Amino acid sequence: MSRPAPALRAVGALAGYELRLTARRGENLLVTIVIPAGVLLFFGTIGVVPGIDGRPVDFLLPGTLALAVIASGLASLGIVTAYERVYGVLKRLGGAPLPAWGLVAAKLAAVLALELVQVAVLVAVGAGALGWRPSPAASLPLLVIALVLGTAAFAGLGLLLAGTLRAEATLAIANGLFLACLVLGGIVLPLDQLPAPLEAVARLLPAGALADLFRAALTGAPNPVGPAVALAAWAVGAAALAVRTFRWD
Amino acid sequence: MRAITAEGLVKVYRTRKTEVRALDGVDLEVEEGTVLGLLGPNGAGKTTAVRILATLLKPDAGRATVAGYDVATQPEAIRRVIGLSGQYAAVDENLTGRENLWLFGRLYQLGSAEATKRAGELLAQFDLVDAADRVVKTYSGGMRRRLDLGAALIGRPRLLILDEPTTGLDPRSRIGMWDVIRTLVREGVTLLLTTQYLEEADELADSIAVVDHGKIIARGTADELKLQVGGERMEVVVHDRARTEDAARIMSAIGVGQASIDEHTRRVTVPSDGGSKRLAIVIRDLDEAGILIDDIALRRPTLDDVFLALTGHVAEEAPASTTAGRAA
Repeated sequence: MSRPAPALRAVGALAGYELRLTARRGENLLVTIVIPAGVLLFFGTIGVVPGIDGRPVDFLLPGTLALAVIASGLASLGIVTAYERVYGVLKRLGGAPLPAWGLVAAKLAAVLALELVQVAVLVAVGAGALGWRPSPAASLPLLVIALVLGTAAFAGLGLLLAGTLRAEATLAIANGLFLACLVLGGIVLPLDQLPAPLEAVARLLPAGALADLFRAALTGAPNPVGPAVALAAWAVGAAALAVRTFRWD
Repeated sequence: MRAITAEGLVKVYRTRKTEVRALDGVDLEVEEGTVLGLLGPNGAGKTTAVRILATLLKPDAGRATVAGYDVATQPEAIRRVIGLSGQYAAVDENLTGRENLWLFGRLYQLGSAEATKRAGELLAQFDLVDAADRVVKTYSGGMRRRLDLGAALIGRPRLLILDEPTTGLDPRSRIGMWDVIRTLVREGVTLLLTTQYLEEADELADSIAVVDHGKIIARGTADELKLQVGGERMEVVVHDRARTEDAARIMSAIGVGQASIDEHTRRVTVPSDGGSKRLAIVIRDLDEAGILIDDIALRRPTLDDVFLALTGHVAEEAPASTTAGRAA
């Protein structure tokens, strides 16, 4: 047996436990599944999204997919990791013969697995309750790209907060950013409906880019390159900063 | 062969205003199959030394090897052969005891079936079978420490580093923990142990290094240190503050060396080598001098006595800011 294989299996085992722990923490399920699904159902049922052509669900489903990624990467992962540092779990794991990249890989794998559940729930709610049907122009590869880039960007931001701030500050800021993304991230409200200065700021943030990318993936809307580049820049920047600043204890 | 060597370890923590030299030139040697106790008060630098040896922290200066590997260049090799158990019993609260151990088994790259088997063995060894499938949240302090120690042993390490394994435990759990550690040592495990309790170092360690303000201020066996410290203590709380000087004069004549006075608590203490007989003499002589006492005791020397004997001052608490995360 070659050397890397056991390390990868250790990463797999840890990812499985991360996922199991997420399922055991009610607050994680609330923020990652119930809130995005609730937002989709609520705004989709009211059926009013200002300034769009077509059906609200076609705008809201990609938006809430973005919200789900933000919830998993920024809010859930960031807050859980911050408290794992306080409780010494990170130090304990750091003492095991698992390289640092192994821990991060396990956490990201768990986040990606959780996101698959989120996608399934949101698509089920959209299709079952709101009559959403995939567009013939929808692109599965683009959906995967959006998931991966969005996860890198928001998990990077979450770990950046967790690695540099006190746990309480991480909790407050991650929740604040989550709310800001909901309002300013093009999730339930198109960005061009915002006041001009706010719109200018919002266009630079990763949430809007992620929502646009999901929209391009689901509806075949033209030109996903701009949002993809913006999101990739956030992904590289946040991940690099997170790696540089992260502390185990 | 030396299990641990360290030369001139220095670690400085800087904040905006202050600079704390957590380690200020520490040398250590632990022979294979022996137990070294690092004895010192909170903030003396014990945990910093442990974290450097466990490759969780890089020293600012100095060199160290663990099991023959260099901490600077071969951290992964060191992590594979040591077991580390920390001060805060850091295992995940939302997992059961069995799940925690299984997970650590996997992290130490055991196969799934082997990790299951090893978890079962350790649960039995540490008397956690009944609680094995409860989440750790429900465990007592002593159970958490035992589980944490179990996690450290999952890869059958030949070298074990225990950072204050009994701090915060009640006396009964502490003695239970000592039994567990003694059994491991009997089986040939090399142990580096940090503690705030002289009694604990005495019970477990072959040799002791006393740490204060990032420096090692004394080394020796427990007996050698106790010789310097002067055995047990006779201690009296004088009823009338005005009579503490008189009591100290009388007790100095009965004990070994000079009696010390703590004006604040009206406590007079003197080292002794005569057990309860001398204590009876203290009671008689104080009574004859008409000095009333509120309390009297014969006790074993504490860390404070060691520090008083070695440095002339009692063990001080260092500024709480020296180690991040302590407040948690």
